Amino acid sequence: MSYKFDWSVLWSGESGGWLLQGLATTLELSVLAWVLAAALGIVSGAMRTVPWRLLRGLATFYVEFFRNVPLLVWMFFWYFGVPPLLPEAVREWLFDHGLPFWAGMFALGVYHGARMSEVIRSGIQSIPRTQFEASLAMGLTTFQAYRVVIIPIALRLIVPPATSESLNLLKNSSVALTISVAELTFQTRQIETYTAKAIEAFTAGTLIYLVLCVGIAIVMTRVERRFAIPGLIARGG
Amino acid sequence: MLDLSVLVNNFTFLIVQGLLGLGGFTGGTLRLAVPAIVLGFVFGIFVGLARLARARAISLPATLYVEFFRGVPLVMVIFWIWFIVPQLLRVPIPEYGVALTAFVIFEAAYFGEIVRAGIQSVPRGQVEAATALGLTRAQTMRFVVLPQAIRNMVPSLVTQMIVLFKDTSLASIIGYVDLTKAAQIVNNREIRPFELYLFIAVVYWVCTYSMSQVARRFERRPA
Repeated sequence: MSYKFDWSVLWSGESGGWLLQGLATTLELSVLAWVLAAALGIVSGAMRTVPWRLLRGLATFYVEFFRNVPLLVWMFFWYFGVPPLLPEAVREWLFDHGLPFWAGMFALGVYHGARMSEVIRSGIQSIPRTQFEASLAMGLTTFQAYRVVIIPIALRLIVPPATSESLNLLKNSSVALTISVAELTFQTRQIETYTAKAIEAFTAGTLIYLVLCVGIAIVMTRVERRFAIPGLIARGG
Repeated sequence: MLDLSVLVNNFTFLIVQGLLGLGGFTGGTLRLAVPAIVLGFVFGIFVGLARLARARAISLPATLYVEFFRGVPLVMVIFWIWFIVPQLLRVPIPEYGVALTAFVIFEAAYFGEIVRAGIQSVPRGQVEAATALGLTRAQTMRFVVLPQAIRNMVPSLVTQMIVLFKDTSLASIIGYVDLTKAAQIVNNREIRPFELYLFIAVVYWVCTYSMSQVARRFERRPA
């Protein structure tokens, strides 16, 4: 094997800043998509448990359709398929402000919102029904019961599965490279193309993802302990 | 506006070539997904059993394997095999081989975790009772633990199979002609992205949703 290692392409020369730029874009993309996913997930997850059939049906359609189709297809759909149908002004604004990024963010957020929804629904369903009934008996409306009783409890119950879902979102942000969002995997690939240093580039990219994921997982274990409801859930095993 | 003729005219290419893989190109979502699911699961059984092994020399590498692959994106794994393995081995590997290898290696980590959780879900007393009856460790595993473990695993297994089925769309990144790539090819000629991508979304949905319905039937079956 006559491969000559040259790790300096990662931090010097033309390709020097690319990894960091990619990391910044990955984080930006993931954080925005996560906010969208959490919002969609909480609303649709709650809607799937309410006593009104129409709302339940809407939420079920959203969840079942969006999470059962590959993210890549959604990326292409939002990036290529939707913009031509938008009003002229919106389309121009998007073209001026980085259409790939927003399409990718939207695809990632809507897809993971559907997956997050399932996590939140199972959290809500694990709360004893009597909590809801007690809230109504205290004179809260259904909406108030969800807002001040059910959802706060559910969110504390679902920290572990929501964490692993959030990490999935972070890892899946790499799919945005297919619509030319310059995120981490895209930049890794770019370094490989320009310098032909494939092993160095992919090692660095892989390690960054690994450190991010393991780091977040460790932090969230702490958070989980802090937010656990004492005496309610059996820990471990 | 919506032009469905593009779907009618290219239906054969999208479904026969893209989904089934019967056509001029080496391709097909199913031709990739089915072996990937089977091999990934088989490999995953070994990974899961290795994680439970008493010898640390076996369980530690298996744990590292699982934690590593669960911490990196699948796209990255595909690129490793696509760009680096041919350089090291000095032989070109066709897209199909790259994609299949990447999926099996990657998904085995996830299947391994499911197998491990399934085995751990069998109450300890079952193993003790089997030992008391004079079964060897291998017999205990074969006749007592695995039959119960597999039943517990079915829901997560099917979920993971659906995930893997959807993930096969990523093989289109390296040029493998699956359903997603077929839609891209048609779109390059016809420029009807909205219709085409929505159509393949529905095709994927029909496949994954029917998989989940089959799973639901299994779950309902009394143990």
